[in-house]
Amino acid sequence: MNLTLHVWRQKNASSAGAFKTYSATNVSPDMSFLEMLDVVNAGLVKKGEEPIAFDHDCREGICGSCGMMINGRAHGPGRGAATCQLHMRSFKDGDTVVIEPWRAKPFPVIKDLIVDRSAFDRIMEAGGYVSAKTGGIPDGNAVPVPKPDADEAFDAAACIGCGACVAACPNSSAMLFVSAKVSHLALLPQGQVERKERVLRMVEQMDEEGFGNCSNNYACEAECPKEISVTHIARMNREYLRAKLT
Amino acid sequence: MTSLAAFYNSSVGKKVLMSLTGLFLCTFLVEHVVGNLLVFKGPEVFNAYSEFMVANPVIRTVEFILFAALFIHPFFGFVVWLQNRRTRPQDYRVYRLKDNTPLAARHTMFTGSVVLFFLVVHLRMFFIPTRFAEVKPSSYALVQEAFSNAWYTGFYIVALVILGYHLRHGFQSAFQTLGLRNKQYAGLIDLVAAVFWLVIPLGFATIPVYFYYFQRLAPAVMAVGAH
Amino acid sequence: MKLESNIPSGPIDKKWSNHRFSMKLVNPANKRKYTVVVVGTGLAGASAAASLAELGYNVIALCYHESPRRAHSIAAQGGINAPKNYSNDGDSVYRLFYDTVKGGDYRAREANVYRLAEVSGSIIDQCVAQGVPFARDYAGYLDNRSFGGAQVARTFYARGQTGQQLLLGAYSALCRQIDAGKVKFFDRREMLELVVVDGQARGIVARNLRTGAMESYAGEAVVLATGGYGNVFYLSTNAKASNATAIWRAYKKGAFFANPCYTQIHPTCIPVSGSHQSKLTLMSESLRNDGRVWVPKRQGDTRKPADIPENERDYYLERLYPSFGNLVPRDVASRRAKEMCDEGRGVGPTKLAVYLDFAEALQRLGTEVIRERYGNLFDMYKLITAEDPYKTPMRIYPAIHYTMGGLWVDYNLMSTIPGLFVIGEANFSDHGANRLGASALMQGLADGYFILPYTIGDYLSTMKSKPVKNDAPEFKAEERSVDDRVRKILKVNGSRTVDEIHRDLGKIMWDDVGMARNAKGLRNALEKIPELRKQFWEEVKVTGSGSDLNMELEKAGRVADFLELGELVARDALHRDESCGGHFREEYQTDEGEAKRNDKKFAYVAAWEFAGEKKAPRLNQEKLVFEEVHLTQRSYK
Ligand SMILES: Cc1cc2nc3c(=O)[nH]c(=O)nc-3n(C[C@H](O)[C@H](O)[C@H](O)COP(=O)(O)OP(=O)(O)OC[C@H]3O[C@@H](n4cnc5c(N)ncnc54)[C@H](O)[C@@H]3O)c2cc1C
Ligand code: HEM
Ligand code: HEM
Ligand code: SF4
Ligand code: F3S
Ligand code: FES
Repeated sequence: MNLTLHVWRQKNASSAGAFKTYSATNVSPDMSFLEMLDVVNAGLVKKGEEPIAFDHDCREGICGSCGMMINGRAHGPGRGAATCQLHMRSFKDGDTVVIEPWRAKPFPVIKDLIVDRSAFDRIMEAGGYVSAKTGGIPDGNAVPVPKPDADEAFDAAACIGCGACVAACPNSSAMLFVSAKVSHLALLPQGQVERKERVLRMVEQMDEEGFGNCSNNYACEAECPKEISVTHIARMNREYLRAKLT
Repeated sequence: MTSLAAFYNSSVGKKVLMSLTGLFLCTFLVEHVVGNLLVFKGPEVFNAYSEFMVANPVIRTVEFILFAALFIHPFFGFVVWLQNRRTRPQDYRVYRLKDNTPLAARHTMFTGSVVLFFLVVHLRMFFIPTRFAEVKPSSYALVQEAFSNAWYTGFYIVALVILGYHLRHGFQSAFQTLGLRNKQYAGLIDLVAAVFWLVIPLGFATIPVYFYYFQRLAPAVMAVGAH
Repeated sequence: MKLESNIPSGPIDKKWSNHRFSMKLVNPANKRKYTVVVVGTGLAGASAAASLAELGYNVIALCYHESPRRAHSIAAQGGINAPKNYSNDGDSVYRLFYDTVKGGDYRAREANVYRLAEVSGSIIDQCVAQGVPFARDYAGYLDNRSFGGAQVARTFYARGQTGQQLLLGAYSALCRQIDAGKVKFFDRREMLELVVVDGQARGIVARNLRTGAMESYAGEAVVLATGGYGNVFYLSTNAKASNATAIWRAYKKGAFFANPCYTQIHPTCIPVSGSHQSKLTLMSESLRNDGRVWVPKRQGDTRKPADIPENERDYYLERLYPSFGNLVPRDVASRRAKEMCDEGRGVGPTKLAVYLDFAEALQRLGTEVIRERYGNLFDMYKLITAEDPYKTPMRIYPAIHYTMGGLWVDYNLMSTIPGLFVIGEANFSDHGANRLGASALMQGLADGYFILPYTIGDYLSTMKSKPVKNDAPEFKAEERSVDDRVRKILKVNGSRTVDEIHRDLGKIMWDDVGMARNAKGLRNALEKIPELRKQFWEEVKVTGSGSDLNMELEKAGRVADFLELGELVARDALHRDESCGGHFREEYQTDEGEAKRNDKKFAYVAAWEFAGEKKAPRLNQEKLVFEEVHLTQRSYK
């Protein structure tokens, strides 16, 4: 099948950038979306043009590198799948596809579809950890963890840090990403000791980075490739109130 | 910055404040719809209720909190809305938010502003006279007079529908913001929310509809029939 | 140069504890005087950087990714081994040591493997303490499962994303140290050169991928934790950007490269579906616990799997290996799958696949239990192939997955260049010729948390050398040479894209240096690869400039190194006239088609030494002595 692509091209952070139109010809439905872009890029390089720059690595929806707005949907039309897991069978011959980078003030564009997501790392550095020094810790089975808590903690910890929640949110809020880590560690006995400082410092850093407030649109949950639930946002709100009031 | 100020300066804190004020306003709505439905018991009962509202010292103090909430909630609503508009300087060319988020959730600022406008109109019509006019008019008379006007009645109906939308999103959103919503309770909260976004606005709407019908439509119909 | 492995003396179970006692320590107050440059922040790099910073060393960490959380370790699924014996099925440090040496086909150092088994227990404790959400049983204790080749359930897992959770644990520990200012972390920097001063590794030159600037980082020791070189085969389960540039630069500066021909093939991957395929997706080996592998008995049987009755199905692993059945080690399972397809009994559109069937397990255990164990793997399979594993058997085929080979290191994980340490998949150390499932994560974290922090101290406390700043002449010279190299690539402006040439290299490697190797094929590869390399430097086309983000340029630099590494892999495979683990030579197999080792002649580590651009590398042999585990023909019958 053949498709028309309108792709955002931007040389670097300081230049303006604009949409460019390309055509993707004889695309097979079994190709992944990124493989389609690979083919388009190969054509551009052959013609001496610069290929479309986009972040990718694992191509199996686990590293969180890939991420682009495809026809107004973060990671494209599918549910519970990253851009690299989107296959061309979700499109039909003759479709027009608009491809843009994540748009959010805390995620400045580096080049074309690549944005700078280091704000996420700074939030993690502010408190997304348990201060367990290497060595001198109890046996793994010393503290049993109720299976439901461990399973729910895992659901929250499955976040791959792709940023689709921020991109899909009308307020560019990072609540789903931040609450996933706060909720993961709040559910486990190992996370209890630093519960208070963790949520306060992470929310403070989140606000400082310029992310928006959460007005519970739930678009983040809808677009999250790991289908992380907004109940983790509710849990973080609880943690925040608990930290402030006790 | 004192911890309280820091609290309200933080994103979560501002939202908690909105939820508390929002829910408090919801409790007022319950009291107010029940109170206003007394209008169907005739002028004596309704005017007595109205005077009681004016006279009773407890009500007057709660009224103070009510007006505080009516200031804080829209104020922070606006602050939050403004902040959120600045987080995406370069907009998407295609942005299908409506695939992921219901209408009510996407326009709380709009629906809130309409409710604010409604309140201004409403208080000028009902609150000011019953509190500050030299000659205290009977509340019943005010209601009759208000809902004899087609435009005024129409505006109330529209405003009530929009209030419904505001709470359609708002009520459950407040529980989420206060961390009181999870998978098990989401269904229950939505059920209770229906009282606020459907039952209460309907309750309020019966008053303008009833008075306008019996003061304007029925006589007009009778007149036509009489020829 | 005589290879000195520095294996301590004494009984096997005392070597590590004796060694730790005899090593010299760095006085806590002096630790901040030493700077350690850690290249790579995957499981090995992140855990090492965090642990070293906690000890007080001044740590510089960098990676070419935008964040440590993107490292390829994130993709590991199956699990991580440790001899905790929570399952009470007879596991012990000694058994894990024994299984690993035996599974590695007797080509690893006993001392290293024993130490790995010894420290691996505390890895689980460390990760649990970090908040890694391991799977739990109903009493709340850690759950175990058995994993390919192991007859005890010693694998700890976090559903199908164990690698992700372990990496997030190490990443969180690293974040804490970055926040505390003890680690200075640089993202999107790619090490392109090792800097050696007075014979000691004193730093690196890295290209800032956003600006193209060449940046020098100096320190008293350099640690390479840069992952595996599986992408020399182009199509592999490794992440697209995984490459061998870091270890290859070190090799050309004098770090010996050990056992490059030991490359591992993973039996359960989603088969190639077309020429556009950019990467192969791995389906975790844990699937082999409940799935049954089969192909039609008749050749060219194109019927749908449901239409092929039981008696016309050949469950060939269960037939050939009664005791291990579908749980035979990876190399055995992979070879047998290729054999079935070569006999024309392959399935699927390309005829290059075998069935992995869960019908029987779904009946036996019910859908819910299967969903609990493999839910996300089935969903991932359905996303890619649009076929539902709950209804029809999965199609799988082997693919390149892990590289046991890597830079040679001694017992202290130091390479032949003093001050250059190599940890994780980048070194050769513990897996011999074949890594058992779920032991790479164990090795990466063992090196990072519990081995390097001790052994690096011994080196630092004894190295006597003057401080070297990152603007020293040696650094300036290397910066210029790396700059020239980048300019040279940009100047070619030929007619072929990097991927095209990389794909050609991958084809040569897969056909001639892949699952079944032979002398003729290997000689053919040793001819074809240099030709392709010449063509690269005449025909590669990289557009864009060198002074901003240019991913084609990055790829070109990596493929240029792969084109040299590929030749070394073929050379090593040709020189090793035997079959062992991941290295299978058709000329050396038992009559049942098993790998036939030649222990007398080849029980050694082949450590290749760079001898100049035009000259063939020199082979150094480190004899392997087996005192504990007796050399027997590996049999999984
Ligand atoms: C799909 C898949 C599944 C797997 N499943 C399992 C499993 O179930 N159990 C198991 O035990 N093992 C498994 N493995 C193997 C295991 O995941 C890896 O061996 C291990 O994670 C390697 O970790 P590492 O830290 O050595 O390297 P990596 O995690 O690959 O990290 C490499 C780091 O080095 C950086 N880097 C590389 N080159 C440079 C350079 N030139 N300059 C700067 N930075 C550089 C990268 O940015 C990255 O941060 C799996 C591997 C794959 C691919
Ligand atoms: C009686 C009238 C009102 C009631 C009962 C009410 C109730 C609520 C509730 C319960 C919420 C949810 C709070 C949360 O998201 O946590 C809300 C949100 C909101 N309200 Fe109101 N409100 C009223 C009037 C107003 C008015 C007059 C405005 C004027 C601007 C307003 C603006 C908003 C906005 C903007 C939000 C969304 C804030 C956000 O989540 O981003 N509301 N309201
Ligand atoms: C359409 C039906 C309504 C009628 C007939 C009505 C009637 C009245 C009357 C008579 C008063 C004056 C004093 C008193 O009784 O308290 C009043 C006050 C007030 N009304 Fe309404 N009202 C209606 C709907 C609403 C709605 C929908 C809201 C909220 C959005 C609202 C908010 C208020 C407030 C805030 C006051 C002043 C506070 C007070 O003194 O109690 N009213 N209303
Ligand atoms: S919460 Fe979901 S959408 Fe947001 S970063 Fe994590 S995985 Fe991506
Ligand atoms: S979409 Fe945005 S408003 Fe909140 S619920 Fe999700 S972060
Ligand atoms: S490339 Fe790793 S998540 Fe898409």
